[in-house]
Amino acid sequence: MSRLSLFLALGLIATIVLSLLLGSVPLPLDRVLSALAFQASVGDQLVVWDIRLPRSLAAALVGAALGMSGAALQGLLRNPLAEPGILGVSATAALFASCTLYFGLTSSVPFALPLAAVAGALVATLVVAAAALRTQSVVTLILIGVGLSSFSAALMALLMNLAPNPFSLADMVNWMLGTVANRSMEDLLLAAPFALAGMMVLFVSRRGLAALALGEETAAGLGLDLTKQRLAIILGAGLATGAAVALAGAIGFVGIVAPHLVRPLVRYDASRLLVPSALLGALLLVLADIGVRVLPTDFEMKLGVVASLIGAPIFIWIAARRRLA
Amino acid sequence: MSLFAASRLSYVASGSALVEDASFALEAGTLTALIGPNGAGKTTMLRLALGLLEASAGSAQIRGRNIAAMRPIERARLLAYLPQQRPLVWPQPVRDIVALGRFAYGGGPSHLSSGDADAVTRAIASCDLEGFEERAADTLSGGELSRVHLARALAAETPVVIADEPVAALDPRYAHEILRLFKCASGEGRALLTVLHDLPLTARYADRIIWMSKGRVIADGTPNETLTPDRLREVFGIEACIDVDGTGSVSIDILGPSAEDG
Repeated sequence: MSRLSLFLALGLIATIVLSLLLGSVPLPLDRVLSALAFQASVGDQLVVWDIRLPRSLAAALVGAALGMSGAALQGLLRNPLAEPGILGVSATAALFASCTLYFGLTSSVPFALPLAAVAGALVATLVVAAAALRTQSVVTLILIGVGLSSFSAALMALLMNLAPNPFSLADMVNWMLGTVANRSMEDLLLAAPFALAGMMVLFVSRRGLAALALGEETAAGLGLDLTKQRLAIILGAGLATGAAVALAGAIGFVGIVAPHLVRPLVRYDASRLLVPSALLGALLLVLADIGVRVLPTDFEMKLGVVASLIGAPIFIWIAARRRLA
Repeated sequence: MSLFAASRLSYVASGSALVEDASFALEAGTLTALIGPNGAGKTTMLRLALGLLEASAGSAQIRGRNIAAMRPIERARLLAYLPQQRPLVWPQPVRDIVALGRFAYGGGPSHLSSGDADAVTRAIASCDLEGFEERAADTLSGGELSRVHLARALAAETPVVIADEPVAALDPRYAHEILRLFKCASGEGRALLTVLHDLPLTARYADRIIWMSKGRVIADGTPNETLTPDRLREVFGIEACIDVDGTGSVSIDILGPSAEDG
């Protein structure tokens, strides 16, 4: 593990511990630690194990999956603006997930929601990658993503329009805004296998991403199997993003901000970008979720809303000051 | 036996033959130029020869082994490719770009065995890039950047190097520099094949010329043998004066387009 990754991992652990201390009722460190060791009062254990820890771990898992997917997609498409949210992958996954809610499949079919979210993410990634590899144009790629996002949003609006009752409407709004509030360990365990499998696929195909920095033609000349590489990244990013959406709904911009901040620290090497991007993505989302919880607003802000409020200006800034074509 | 031999390569795309029945050979220690007008099928033929494009018919062999049957990694250890389009996305340091040349050996910017690191150092030295190792790609001039790409291709230390228009858009000084580096690399016993559009440059540096027109190889030989006014008229539609001096070196003076006589 590189020094950067070690540093980020320690930061992530510290932030998660911090997230256990803060909330509507602040808990001191010694009570949190004894609750973690099952030595505290029932109330403390409940707060730490059933409310705060699952929530923070969910934020971390979602951030890691999106951070790594963003880094991998940027490497594959050779575009610093590629990201599951921008490319419409998250929106499509959220749409598919909402369909299972709308048709009431979540209670009857186990794994229906994460499977649907993953399927949606894979479909969207395939569409975008196919278009991207055909046109080679950065602008076209982003436009296709925007189109896909809008289309998914339109279908989502249709679902909401047809929602049978206010409760399912509220459910769907939650998916669109993105949140990790009230997540249980069971929710976490449902999504984690997909997220981890996706990240594993991305991690083992990281070397090819370095070669792709020189363009596909050169990468093929260097001995990279392009078809295999593309499939691996699409599969890995689809699995990880789908899992993230299944757990937290659509949360944008993590996948663009985290790799962008890390990239200069790994000498712009796409193969070394994945792990630190995942760690930083996790750290950023846990931090943002702490912010959501401690901000004194009447209604808790949704994590996805905060992420977009911070991420969208950064996206514009990155787009405005790109150095190479 | 030739180091590299392409025999009867053909490539048909949507009904029209882009390359037809193309055969040629590359010998160790020679610099071969591939010339022909735009759209003659040069890039397609290079890609067929490299095994990046599946030939409709025919085959290419390196050291007697069929390239199409090799795994990409095996092939990349024998053939290096410098494509026409060389997009750079990230402002990586020069050394890291050259290090990617060791990809087929498991190397890369962040992990080079001592053998890989030595090859990278040699490639950087042979392209006069010492002192540029830590410079970011986006701070280099066009000429410097093309030396970086060449160094990347040479770093694999393959017996055959294939380049597509390596001197396009370079000023005369840089173009001569790049061809000198090619000449130097062929002097080390490699076979180099490069697409060129600059005829005087070709006449000056190439040991052999492969002429391509309308998807076919129509001539193959030394500049002395094949560079004739008739052929220039036939292939490029230009009029030129050609002069061979006492040492056998060929100079060329292009007068202009041939008259259209149907």
